[in-house]
Amino acid sequence: MRGVLIVAGLLLVAAAPPRIVAISLPAATAMFAELGPGQPSADAINNNCLACHSTEMVLNQPHLTPAEWAGEVTKMRQVYKAPVSDADAAAITAWLVAHDARRRPETPPKSPAKSPG
Amino acid sequence: MTDRRQFLALTAAGLAAPALAASTDLRLPGGPSRRPLTEAFPGKRGMILQRTAPPLLETPLSVFNAGVFTPNDRFYVRWHWPFPTEIDAGAFRLTVDGHVERPLALSLADLARLPQVEIAAVNQCSGNSRGLFEPRVAGAQWAHGAMGNALWRGVRLKDVLDRAGVRAGAVAVRASGLDAPPVDEAPDFAKSLALDHARDGEVMLATHMNGAPLPLLNGFPLRLVVPGWFSTYWVKMLDRLEVLDKPDDNYWMAKAYLVPDTADGGIAPGTASFPRRPISRMGPRSFITSVAAGARVPLRPDYALGGIAMGGDAGVARVEVSGDGGANWVDARLGLDMGRYSFRRFDAVLQPARGAAVLMARCTSTAGVTQPLTGLWNPGGYMRVQVEPLPVDFV
Ligand code: HEC
Repeated sequence: MRGVLIVAGLLLVAAAPPRIVAISLPAATAMFAELGPGQPSADAINNNCLACHSTEMVLNQPHLTPAEWAGEVTKMRQVYKAPVSDADAAAITAWLVAHDARRRPETPPKSPAKSPG
Repeated sequence: MTDRRQFLALTAAGLAAPALAASTDLRLPGGPSRRPLTEAFPGKRGMILQRTAPPLLETPLSVFNAGVFTPNDRFYVRWHWPFPTEIDAGAFRLTVDGHVERPLALSLADLARLPQVEIAAVNQCSGNSRGLFEPRVAGAQWAHGAMGNALWRGVRLKDVLDRAGVRAGAVAVRASGLDAPPVDEAPDFAKSLALDHARDGEVMLATHMNGAPLPLLNGFPLRLVVPGWFSTYWVKMLDRLEVLDKPDDNYWMAKAYLVPDTADGGIAPGTASFPRRPISRMGPRSFITSVAAGARVPLRPDYALGGIAMGGDAGVARVEVSGDGGANWVDARLGLDMGRYSFRRFDAVLQPARGAAVLMARCTSTAGVTQPLTGLWNPGGYMRVQVEPLPVDFV
Protein backbone atom coordinates (compact mmCIF):
# COMPACT_ATOMS: atom_id res chain seq x y z
CA MET A 1 0.00 0.00 0.00
CA ARG A 2 2.73 2.43 0.97
CA GLY A 3 4.54 1.60 -2.26
CA VAL A 4 1.51 2.55 -4.31
CA LEU A 5 1.15 5.89 -2.52
CA ILE A 6 4.80 6.76 -3.05
CA VAL A 7 4.52 5.99 -6.73
CA ALA A 8 1.47 8.23 -6.98
CA GLY A 9 3.33 11.01 -5.17
CA LEU A 10 6.27 10.77 -7.54
CA LEU A 11 3.97 10.92 -10.52
CA LEU A 12 2.36 14.10 -9.21
CA VAL A 13 5.73 15.73 -8.70
CA ALA A 14 6.87 14.65 -12.14
CA ALA A 15 3.66 15.97 -13.69
CA ALA A 16 3.86 19.48 -12.17
CA PRO A 17 5.23 21.79 -14.86
CA PRO A 18 8.48 23.55 -14.03
CA ARG A 19 8.07 27.33 -14.03
CA ILE A 20 10.54 28.05 -16.80
CA VAL A 21 10.85 25.61 -19.65
CA ALA A 22 13.68 26.35 -22.05
CA ILE A 23 15.33 24.35 -24.78
CA SER A 24 18.04 25.15 -27.25
CA LEU A 25 17.49 24.08 -30.81
CA PRO A 26 20.26 23.01 -33.18
CA ALA A 27 21.46 25.90 -35.30
CA ALA A 28 20.31 25.82 -38.91
CA THR A 29 23.59 26.86 -40.50
CA ALA A 30 23.49 24.88 -43.76
CA MET A 31 23.57 26.92 -46.97
CA PHE A 32 22.58 26.08 -50.52
CA ALA A 33 25.58 24.85 -52.51
CA GLU A 34 27.19 26.40 -55.55
CA LEU A 35 26.44 24.17 -58.55
CA GLY A 36 29.77 24.82 -60.28
CA PRO A 37 31.22 26.82 -63.17
CA GLY A 38 28.69 28.03 -65.72
CA GLN A 39 25.78 27.27 -63.38
CA PRO A 40 23.48 29.81 -61.67
CA SER A 41 24.97 31.25 -58.48
CA ALA A 42 23.55 30.28 -55.07
CA ASP A 43 23.98 33.82 -53.72
CA ALA A 44 20.38 34.90 -54.30
CA ILE A 45 18.80 31.81 -52.77
CA ASN A 46 21.16 31.99 -49.79
CA ASN A 47 20.39 35.67 -49.24
CA ASN A 48 16.61 35.36 -49.61
CA CYS A 49 15.41 31.91 -48.73
CA LEU A 50 16.75 31.09 -45.28
CA ALA A 51 14.88 33.59 -43.10
CA CYS A 52 11.83 31.43 -42.49
CA HIS A 53 12.99 27.86 -43.02
CA SER A 54 16.21 25.89 -43.39
CA THR A 55 17.49 24.42 -46.67
CA GLU A 56 15.68 21.07 -46.33
CA MET A 57 12.31 22.72 -47.09
CA VAL A 58 13.66 23.18 -50.61
CA LEU A 59 16.08 20.26 -50.92
CA ASN A 60 13.57 17.57 -49.90
CA GLN A 61 11.03 18.56 -52.56
CA PRO A 62 10.38 16.11 -55.39
CA HIS A 63 11.07 17.06 -58.99
CA LEU A 64 9.13 20.17 -59.99
CA THR A 65 8.91 21.75 -63.44
CA PRO A 66 10.58 25.16 -64.01
CA ALA A 67 7.11 26.76 -63.94
CA GLU A 68 6.38 25.11 -60.62
CA TRP A 69 9.68 26.30 -59.12
CA ALA A 70 8.89 29.81 -60.34
CA GLY A 71 5.45 29.39 -58.75
CA GLU A 72 7.05 28.49 -55.41
CA VAL A 73 9.17 31.65 -55.49
CA THR A 74 6.08 33.70 -56.34
CA LYS A 75 4.14 32.06 -53.52
CA MET A 76 6.89 32.85 -51.02
CA ARG A 77 6.80 36.49 -52.07
CA GLN A 78 3.05 36.95 -52.35
CA VAL A 79 1.64 34.69 -49.65
CA TYR A 80 4.42 34.58 -47.06
CA LYS A 81 5.71 38.10 -47.83
CA ALA A 82 9.32 37.09 -48.45
CA PRO A 83 11.07 40.36 -49.39
CA VAL A 84 12.68 39.35 -52.70
CA SER A 85 13.52 41.67 -55.60
CA ASP A 86 12.48 40.73 -59.14
CA ALA A 87 16.12 40.23 -60.12
CA ASP A 88 16.75 37.93 -57.17
CA ALA A 89 13.53 36.00 -57.87
CA ALA A 90 14.80 35.20 -61.37
CA ALA A 91 18.22 34.18 -60.02
CA ILE A 92 16.62 31.97 -57.34
CA THR A 93 14.41 30.23 -59.87
CA ALA A 94 17.42 29.64 -62.10
CA TRP A 95 19.30 27.98 -59.23
CA LEU A 96 16.27 25.87 -58.28
CA VAL A 97 15.75 24.63 -61.82
CA ALA A 98 19.44 23.91 -62.39
CA HIS A 99 19.72 22.10 -59.05
CA ASP A 100 16.64 20.00 -59.78
CA ALA A 101 17.87 19.08 -63.27
CA ARG A 102 21.23 18.08 -61.87
CA ARG A 103 20.14 15.93 -58.95
CA ARG A 104 17.75 13.61 -60.70
CA PRO A 105 17.75 11.43 -63.74
CA GLU A 106 14.69 9.73 -62.16
CA THR A 107 11.17 9.77 -63.62
CA PRO A 108 9.66 13.26 -63.48
CA PRO A 109 6.10 13.01 -62.05
CA LYS A 110 3.68 15.89 -62.66
CA SER A 111 3.14 18.05 -59.65
CA PRO A 112 0.96 21.15 -59.75
CA ALA A 113 0.77 21.76 -56.04
CA LYS A 114 2.30 23.25 -52.96
CA SER A 115 0.85 22.85 -49.54
CA PRO A 116 1.58 23.14 -45.87
CA GLY A 117 0.59 20.26 -43.65
CA MET B 1 19.21 8.65 -20.77
CA THR B 2 21.25 11.85 -20.78
CA ASP B 3 24.38 9.75 -20.65
CA ARG B 4 23.29 7.80 -23.65
CA ARG B 5 22.48 10.96 -25.59
CA GLN B 6 25.81 12.51 -24.69
CA PHE B 7 27.51 9.34 -25.78
CA LEU B 8 25.72 9.41 -29.12
CA ALA B 9 26.51 13.08 -29.61
CA LEU B 10 30.17 12.48 -28.84
CA THR B 11 30.27 9.52 -31.14
CA ALA B 12 28.70 11.47 -33.94
CA ALA B 13 31.03 14.42 -33.51
CA GLY B 14 34.19 12.53 -32.74
CA LEU B 15 34.13 9.37 -34.77
CA ALA B 16 31.58 9.25 -37.53
CA ALA B 17 32.03 11.34 -40.65
CA PRO B 18 28.81 13.24 -41.55
CA ALA B 19 28.21 10.97 -44.53
CA LEU B 20 28.18 7.96 -42.20
CA ALA B 21 25.70 9.45 -39.71
CA ALA B 22 22.58 7.33 -39.24
CA SER B 23 19.95 7.86 -41.90
CA THR B 24 16.84 6.18 -43.20
CA ASP B 25 15.30 5.65 -46.63
CA LEU B 26 11.63 6.70 -46.65
CA ARG B 27 11.05 5.01 -50.05
CA LEU B 28 9.44 8.11 -51.55
CA PRO B 29 8.75 7.47 -55.25
CA GLY B 30 11.27 9.30 -57.42
CA GLY B 31 13.12 10.65 -54.35
CA PRO B 32 14.80 12.38 -52.71
CA SER B 33 14.17 9.74 -50.11
CA ARG B 34 17.02 9.57 -47.63
CA ARG B 35 16.77 11.52 -44.35
CA PRO B 36 19.14 11.76 -41.39
CA LEU B 37 18.11 10.42 -37.99
CA THR B 38 18.64 13.08 -35.36
CA GLU B 39 19.42 13.22 -31.64
CA ALA B 40 19.91 17.00 -31.71
CA PHE B 41 16.46 18.15 -30.50
CA PRO B 42 16.02 18.41 -26.70
CA GLY B 43 13.50 15.93 -25.36
CA LYS B 44 13.44 13.95 -28.61
CA ARG B 45 15.49 10.98 -29.73
CA GLY B 46 15.81 8.87 -32.83
CA MET B 47 13.70 11.17 -35.00
CA ILE B 48 13.70 11.45 -38.79
CA LEU B 49 14.96 14.92 -39.66
CA GLN B 50 12.70 16.44 -42.29
CA ARG B 51 13.62 20.07 -41.61
CA THR B 52 15.88 21.70 -39.02
CA ALA B 53 14.05 25.03 -38.76
CA PRO B 54 11.27 25.36 -37.96
CA PRO B 55 11.59 21.72 -36.94
CA LEU B 56 9.79 18.97 -38.81
CA LEU B 57 10.64 15.70 -37.07
CA GLU B 58 9.05 12.43 -38.12
CA THR B 59 8.49 9.32 -36.00
CA PRO B 60 10.03 6.12 -37.41
CA LEU B 61 7.30 3.54 -38.08
CA SER B 62 9.01 0.99 -35.82
CA VAL B 63 8.16 3.17 -32.79
CA PHE B 64 4.48 2.36 -33.30
CA ASN B 65 5.24 -1.32 -32.89
CA ALA B 66 6.23 -0.84 -29.25
CA GLY B 67 2.81 0.24 -27.99
CA VAL B 68 -0.36 2.11 -28.92
CA PHE B 69 0.77 5.24 -27.07
CA THR B 70 3.60 7.11 -28.78
CA PRO B 71 6.23 8.12 -26.19
CA ASN B 72 6.68 11.89 -25.83
CA ASP B 73 10.34 11.67 -26.82
CA ARG B 74 9.40 9.95 -30.09
CA PHE B 75 6.29 12.02 -30.89
CA TYR B 76 6.50 13.88 -34.22
CA VAL B 77 7.07 17.63 -34.37
CA ARG B 78 5.62 20.08 -36.84
CA TRP B 79 5.82 23.91 -36.86
CA HIS B 80 5.07 26.42 -39.62
CA TRP B 81 6.76 29.48 -38.11
CA PRO B 82 9.47 30.09 -35.50
CA PHE B 83 8.28 29.81 -31.86
CA PRO B 84 9.69 30.77 -28.45
CA THR B 85 12.20 28.31 -27.03
CA GLU B 86 11.67 29.56 -23.49
CA ILE B 87 8.29 29.66 -21.75
CA ASP B 88 7.62 31.09 -18.29
CA ALA B 89 4.73 28.91 -17.18
CA GLY B 90 3.99 31.25 -14.26
CA ALA B 91 3.59 34.29 -16.50
CA PHE B 92 1.73 32.45 -19.24
CA ARG B 93 -1.87 33.57 -19.91
CA LEU B 94 -4.52 32.24 -22.24
CA THR B 95 -6.57 35.16 -23.56
CA VAL B 96 -10.22 34.45 -24.33
CA ASP B 97 -11.87 37.36 -26.10
CA GLY B 98 -13.93 38.43 -29.10
CA HIS B 99 -17.67 37.87 -29.05
CA VAL B 100 -17.90 37.04 -25.31
CA GLU B 101 -19.49 38.55 -22.21
CA ARG B 102 -16.33 38.50 -20.09
CA PRO B 103 -12.90 38.49 -21.76
CA LEU B 104 -10.52 36.30 -19.74
CA ALA B 105 -6.78 35.99 -19.17
CA LEU B 106 -6.36 32.54 -17.63
CA SER B 107 -3.18 31.33 -15.95
CA LEU B 108 -2.21 27.67 -15.94
CA ALA B 109 -3.27 27.63 -12.27
CA ASP B 110 -6.72 28.92 -13.31
CA LEU B 111 -6.97 26.11 -15.85
CA ALA B 112 -5.86 23.54 -13.26
CA ARG B 113 -8.89 24.52 -11.13
CA LEU B 114 -11.35 23.61 -13.90
CA PRO B 115 -12.56 19.99 -14.19
CA GLN B 116 -9.73 17.84 -15.61
CA VAL B 117 -10.49 15.40 -18.39
CA GLU B 118 -8.45 12.78 -20.25
CA ILE B 119 -8.79 11.32 -23.72
CA ALA B 120 -6.67 9.01 -25.84
CA ALA B 121 -6.50 10.44 -29.34
CA VAL B 122 -4.43 10.19 -32.49
CA ASN B 123 -2.84 13.42 -33.65
CA GLN B 124 -2.15 13.15 -37.38
CA CYS B 125 -0.79 15.82 -39.70
CA SER B 126 -3.09 16.63 -42.64
CA GLY B 127 -0.16 15.91 -44.93
CA ASN B 128 0.93 12.66 -43.29
CA SER B 129 2.28 10.34 -46.05
CA ARG B 130 2.37 13.22 -48.58
CA GLY B 131 5.77 12.05 -49.85
CA LEU B 132 4.08 8.88 -51.11
CA PHE B 133 1.56 10.65 -53.31
CA GLU B 134 1.83 9.92 -57.03
CA PRO B 135 2.05 12.21 -58.88
CA ARG B 136 4.25 13.80 -56.20
CA VAL B 137 3.19 17.14 -54.72
CA ALA B 138 5.22 19.90 -53.02
CA GLY B 139 5.06 20.46 -49.24
CA ALA B 140 6.58 18.67 -46.26
CA GLN B 141 7.67 15.30 -47.67
CA TRP B 142 6.46 13.03 -44.88
CA ALA B 143 6.30 9.26 -44.99
CA HIS B 144 3.80 7.73 -42.50
CA GLY B 145 5.30 9.07 -39.27
CA ALA B 146 3.64 12.48 -39.01
CA MET B 147 1.23 11.01 -36.50
CA GLY B 148 1.15 9.83 -32.90
CA ASN B 149 -1.26 8.71 -30.23
CA ALA B 150 -1.25 10.10 -26.69
CA LEU B 151 -3.32 10.26 -23.56
CA TRP B 152 -4.16 13.97 -23.40
CA ARG B 153 -5.12 15.65 -20.13
CA GLY B 154 -6.51 19.12 -19.63
CA VAL B 155 -9.78 21.01 -19.60
CA ARG B 156 -12.77 21.07 -21.90
CA LEU B 157 -12.84 23.97 -24.35
CA LYS B 158 -16.56 24.17 -23.53
CA ASP B 159 -15.83 24.89 -19.86
CA VAL B 160 -13.45 27.71 -20.78
CA LEU B 161 -15.93 29.22 -23.25
CA ASP B 162 -18.72 28.99 -20.66
CA ARG B 163 -16.61 30.98 -18.19
CA ALA B 164 -16.17 33.71 -20.78
CA GLY B 165 -19.84 33.57 -21.78
CA VAL B 166 -20.28 33.22 -25.54
CA ARG B 167 -22.58 35.95 -26.86
CA ALA B 168 -25.54 35.36 -29.16
CA GLY B 169 -24.53 35.48 -32.80
CA ALA B 170 -21.15 33.80 -32.31
CA VAL B 171 -20.32 31.26 -35.04
CA ALA B 172 -16.71 30.11 -34.57
CA VAL B 173 -13.75 30.02 -32.20
CA ARG B 174 -10.33 30.93 -33.57
CA ALA B 175 -7.23 29.51 -31.86
CA SER B 176 -3.71 30.86 -32.22
CA GLY B 177 -0.42 30.26 -30.49
CA LEU B 178 2.93 31.83 -29.65
CA ASP B 179 4.55 30.87 -32.97
CA ALA B 180 4.97 33.92 -35.23
CA PRO B 181 6.23 34.72 -38.73
CA PRO B 182 9.62 36.46 -38.82
CA VAL B 183 8.32 38.88 -41.48
CA ASP B 184 5.65 41.56 -40.96
CA GLU B 185 2.37 40.96 -42.79
CA ALA B 186 3.03 37.26 -43.31
CA PRO B 187 -0.03 35.27 -42.18
CA ASP B 188 0.17 34.33 -38.48
CA PHE B 189 -0.97 30.75 -37.92
CA ALA B 190 -4.55 30.46 -36.64
CA LYS B 191 -7.31 27.87 -37.06
CA SER B 192 -10.95 27.92 -36.15
CA LEU B 193 -13.69 25.52 -35.26
CA ALA B 194 -17.42 26.04 -35.67
CA LEU B 195 -18.96 27.05 -32.34
CA ASP B 196 -20.97 23.83 -31.95
CA HIS B 197 -17.86 21.75 -32.51
CA ALA B 198 -15.86 23.87 -30.06
CA ARG B 199 -18.57 23.30 -27.45
CA ASP B 200 -19.08 19.56 -28.02
CA GLY B 201 -17.39 18.66 -24.73
CA GLU B 202 -14.72 16.58 -26.50
CA VAL B 203 -12.50 19.34 -27.83
CA MET B 204 -10.05 20.17 -25.07
CA LEU B 205 -7.09 22.30 -24.06
CA ALA B 206 -4.34 19.90 -23.06
CA THR B 207 -1.57 20.66 -20.59
CA HIS B 208 -0.36 17.06 -20.32
CA MET B 209 0.48 14.30 -22.72
CA ASN B 210 1.05 10.70 -21.60
CA GLY B 211 1.19 11.82 -17.95
CA ALA B 212 3.81 14.54 -18.36
CA PRO B 213 3.62 18.24 -19.24
CA LEU B 214 3.61 18.75 -23.02
CA PRO B 215 7.16 18.84 -24.42
CA LEU B 216 7.96 22.36 -25.60
CA LEU B 217 8.33 21.00 -29.13
CA ASN B 218 4.77 19.64 -28.94
CA GLY B 219 3.28 22.91 -27.76
CA PHE B 220 4.04 23.52 -24.06
CA PRO B 221 2.26 24.77 -22.07
CA LEU B 222 -1.11 24.32 -23.78
CA ARG B 223 -2.48 22.93 -27.00
CA LEU B 224 -5.85 22.32 -28.53
CA VAL B 225 -6.90 18.68 -28.86
CA VAL B 226 -9.56 18.04 -31.50
CA PRO B 227 -10.29 14.29 -31.38
CA GLY B 228 -10.94 12.72 -34.78
CA TRP B 229 -9.78 15.82 -36.70
CA PHE B 230 -6.45 16.44 -38.41
CA SER B 231 -3.67 18.05 -36.40
CA THR B 232 -3.80 21.37 -38.24
CA TYR B 233 -6.56 22.29 -35.75
CA TRP B 234 -4.59 21.16 -32.67
CA VAL B 235 -2.99 24.60 -32.22
CA LYS B 236 0.23 24.47 -30.16
CA MET B 237 1.45 26.96 -27.52
CA LEU B 238 -2.16 28.11 -27.55
CA ASP B 239 -2.37 31.62 -26.03
CA ARG B 240 -5.49 33.05 -27.63
CA LEU B 241 -9.06 31.98 -28.23
CA GLU B 242 -11.12 34.51 -30.12
CA VAL B 243 -14.85 33.99 -30.45
CA LEU B 244 -15.94 35.17 -33.91
CA ASP B 245 -19.35 36.42 -35.03
CA LYS B 246 -18.55 35.68 -38.68
CA PRO B 247 -16.72 32.85 -40.45
CA ASP B 248 -12.93 32.96 -40.23
CA ASP B 249 -11.35 34.25 -43.45
CA ASN B 250 -7.72 34.08 -42.28
CA TYR B 251 -5.22 32.56 -44.73
CA TRP B 252 -4.82 29.26 -42.86
CA MET B 253 -8.59 28.63 -42.95
CA ALA B 254 -9.60 30.21 -46.27
CA LYS B 255 -6.61 29.44 -48.52
CA ALA B 256 -4.46 26.71 -46.96
CA TYR B 257 -5.40 23.24 -45.74
CA LEU B 258 -8.25 22.97 -48.25
CA VAL B 259 -9.25 19.69 -49.89
CA PRO B 260 -11.41 19.07 -52.97
CA ASP B 261 -15.07 19.22 -51.97
CA THR B 262 -15.67 15.61 -53.04
CA ALA B 263 -16.84 12.63 -50.97
CA ASP B 264 -13.31 11.36 -50.22
CA GLY B 265 -11.35 14.60 -50.71
CA GLY B 266 -9.73 13.23 -53.87
CA ILE B 267 -9.66 14.57 -57.42
CA ALA B 268 -8.09 13.50 -60.73
CA PRO B 269 -4.52 14.84 -61.13
CA GLY B 270 -4.45 17.80 -63.48
CA THR B 271 -8.03 18.94 -62.80
CA ALA B 272 -7.87 22.68 -63.39
CA SER B 273 -10.36 24.09 -60.92
CA PHE B 274 -12.76 22.59 -58.44
CA PRO B 275 -14.65 23.58 -55.29
CA ARG B 276 -12.68 23.13 -52.07
CA ARG B 277 -13.47 22.92 -48.37
CA PRO B 278 -11.36 23.13 -45.20
CA ILE B 279 -9.89 19.76 -44.25
CA SER B 280 -11.63 18.27 -41.20
CA ARG B 281 -12.23 14.66 -40.08
CA MET B 282 -9.78 11.80 -40.39
CA GLY B 283 -10.56 8.46 -41.99
CA PRO B 284 -9.50 4.94 -40.98
CA ARG B 285 -5.89 3.87 -41.51
CA SER B 286 -3.73 0.89 -40.57
CA PHE B 287 -0.01 0.18 -40.67
CA ILE B 288 1.92 -3.05 -40.33
CA THR B 289 4.70 -2.08 -37.93
CA SER B 290 6.25 -5.43 -36.99
CA VAL B 291 8.36 -5.58 -40.15
CA ALA B 292 9.96 -2.92 -42.34
CA ALA B 293 9.27 -2.51 -46.06
CA GLY B 294 11.83 -4.39 -48.11
CA ALA B 295 12.80 -6.72 -45.24
CA ARG B 296 14.12 -10.23 -45.86
CA VAL B 297 12.10 -12.44 -43.53
CA PRO B 298 13.16 -16.00 -42.64
CA LEU B 299 10.36 -18.28 -43.90
CA ARG B 300 8.36 -19.96 -41.14
CA PRO B 301 5.10 -21.90 -41.47
CA ASP B 302 3.31 -19.48 -39.17
CA TYR B 303 4.36 -15.88 -39.69
CA ALA B 304 3.14 -13.45 -37.00
CA LEU B 305 2.70 -9.83 -37.98
CA GLY B 306 1.05 -6.87 -36.31
CA GLY B 307 0.60 -3.16 -36.28
CA ILE B 308 -1.65 -0.28 -35.36
CA ALA B 309 -4.97 0.91 -36.72
CA MET B 310 -7.08 4.00 -36.21
CA GLY B 311 -10.71 4.59 -37.07
CA GLY B 312 -10.20 8.31 -37.70
CA ASP B 313 -13.34 10.03 -36.43
CA ALA B 314 -14.66 6.70 -35.11
CA GLY B 315 -13.37 3.55 -33.43
CA VAL B 316 -11.65 0.54 -34.99
CA ALA B 317 -14.23 -2.17 -35.71
CA ARG B 318 -12.15 -4.57 -37.76
CA VAL B 319 -8.70 -5.07 -39.23
CA GLU B 320 -7.97 -7.61 -41.95
CA VAL B 321 -4.55 -8.57 -43.24
CA SER B 322 -3.40 -10.03 -46.53
CA GLY B 323 -0.15 -11.77 -47.39
CA ASP B 324 -0.73 -11.84 -51.13
CA GLY B 325 -1.27 -8.24 -52.17
CA GLY B 326 -4.96 -8.14 -51.36
CA ALA B 327 -6.21 -11.32 -53.05
CA ASN B 328 -7.06 -13.04 -49.75
CA TRP B 329 -7.78 -11.48 -46.37
CA VAL B 330 -7.96 -12.84 -42.83
CA ASP B 331 -9.26 -11.09 -39.75
CA ALA B 332 -6.64 -9.81 -37.34
CA ARG B 333 -7.05 -10.05 -33.57
CA LEU B 334 -7.67 -6.60 -32.08
CA GLY B 335 -5.83 -5.39 -28.98
CA LEU B 336 -7.24 -3.46 -26.04
CA ASP B 337 -9.69 -0.68 -26.91
CA MET B 338 -8.30 2.56 -25.44
CA GLY B 339 -11.14 4.67 -26.83
CA ARG B 340 -12.55 5.45 -30.24
CA TYR B 341 -9.94 8.05 -31.15
CA SER B 342 -6.92 5.98 -30.09
CA PHE B 343 -4.61 3.70 -32.04
CA ARG B 344 -5.56 0.08 -31.60
CA ARG B 345 -3.12 -2.82 -31.87
CA PHE B 346 -3.80 -5.67 -34.29
CA ASP B 347 -2.05 -9.02 -34.67
CA ALA B 348 -2.43 -11.87 -37.13
CA VAL B 349 -0.72 -15.01 -38.35
CA LEU B 350 -0.16 -15.76 -42.04
CA GLN B 351 1.14 -18.83 -43.87
CA PRO B 352 3.44 -17.30 -46.48
CA ALA B 353 5.26 -19.01 -49.34
CA ARG B 354 8.92 -18.52 -50.19
CA GLY B 355 9.69 -15.46 -52.31
CA ALA B 356 8.47 -11.90 -52.74
CA ALA B 357 5.18 -11.03 -51.06
CA VAL B 358 3.11 -7.92 -50.50
CA LEU B 359 1.64 -7.60 -47.00
CA MET B 360 -1.40 -5.42 -46.40
CA ALA B 361 -3.67 -4.35 -43.56
CA ARG B 362 -7.13 -2.91 -43.98
CA CYS B 363 -9.14 -1.17 -41.26
CA THR B 364 -12.89 -0.74 -41.04
CA SER B 365 -14.08 1.92 -38.61
CA THR B 366 -17.06 1.63 -36.28
CA ALA B 367 -18.71 4.14 -38.62
CA GLY B 368 -18.58 1.41 -41.28
CA VAL B 369 -15.87 3.05 -43.41
CA THR B 370 -13.26 0.69 -44.91
CA GLN B 371 -9.88 1.79 -46.25
CA PRO B 372 -9.93 1.71 -50.06
CA LEU B 373 -7.39 -0.38 -51.99
CA THR B 374 -6.56 2.42 -54.38
CA GLY B 375 -5.37 5.86 -53.38
CA LEU B 376 -7.04 9.20 -53.74
CA TRP B 377 -5.03 12.16 -55.02
CA ASN B 378 -5.30 15.87 -54.37
CA PRO B 379 -2.91 18.78 -54.98
CA GLY B 380 -2.29 19.33 -51.26
CA GLY B 381 -1.21 15.77 -50.57
CA TYR B 382 -3.83 15.53 -47.82
CA MET B 383 -6.07 12.84 -46.28
CA ARG B 384 -4.28 9.73 -47.49
CA VAL B 385 -6.27 6.68 -46.30
CA GLN B 386 -5.55 3.90 -48.78
CA VAL B 387 -4.31 0.43 -47.86
CA GLU B 388 -0.49 0.62 -47.71
CA PRO B 389 1.24 -2.29 -49.48
CA LEU B 390 4.36 -3.51 -47.65
CA PRO B 391 6.73 -5.53 -49.84
CA VAL B 392 8.86 -8.18 -48.09
CA ASP B 393 10.88 -11.17 -49.19
CA PHE B 394 10.33 -14.54 -47.47
CA VAL B 395 13.67 -16.36 -47.66
C1 HEC C 1 8.73 35.03 -45.11
C2 HEC C 1 8.97 33.64 -44.83
C3 HEC C 1 9.50 32.78 -45.96
C4 HEC C 1 10.57 33.02 -46.79
C5 HEC C 1 11.54 34.20 -46.76
C6 HEC C 1 10.62 31.91 -47.69
N1 HEC C 1 9.66 31.00 -47.39
FE1 HEC C 1 9.39 29.20 -48.30
N2 HEC C 1 7.87 28.78 -47.00
C7 HEC C 1 7.40 29.62 -46.01
C8 HEC C 1 6.34 28.97 -45.32
C9 HEC C 1 5.55 29.54 -44.14
C10 HEC C 1 6.17 27.70 -45.90
C11 HEC C 1 5.21 26.58 -45.46
C12 HEC C 1 5.94 26.00 -44.29
C13 HEC C 1 5.45 24.72 -43.73
O1 HEC C 1 4.61 24.04 -44.34
O2 HEC C 1 5.98 24.37 -42.65
C14 HEC C 1 7.17 27.61 -46.96
C15 HEC C 1 7.34 26.50 -47.77
C16 HEC C 1 8.23 26.40 -48.81
C17 HEC C 1 8.34 25.27 -49.71
C18 HEC C 1 7.52 23.97 -49.64
C19 HEC C 1 6.34 23.99 -50.56
C20 HEC C 1 5.25 24.94 -50.12
O3 HEC C 1 4.87 25.78 -50.96
O4 HEC C 1 4.80 24.87 -48.96
C21 HEC C 1 9.32 25.58 -50.60
C22 HEC C 1 9.79 24.72 -51.77
C23 HEC C 1 9.81 26.90 -50.26
N3 HEC C 1 9.15 27.36 -49.16
C24 HEC C 1 10.80 27.56 -50.96
C25 HEC C 1 11.26 28.84 -50.65
C26 HEC C 1 12.21 29.57 -51.47
C27 HEC C 1 12.83 29.07 -52.74
C28 HEC C 1 12.40 30.76 -50.83
C29 HEC C 1 13.22 31.94 -51.31
C30 HEC C 1 12.61 32.66 -52.41
C31 HEC C 1 11.59 30.78 -49.64
N4 HEC C 1 10.89 29.60 -49.57
C32 HEC C 1 11.54 31.82 -48.73
C33 HEC C 1 7.88 30.87 -45.72
C34 HEC C 1 8.94 31.49 -46.34
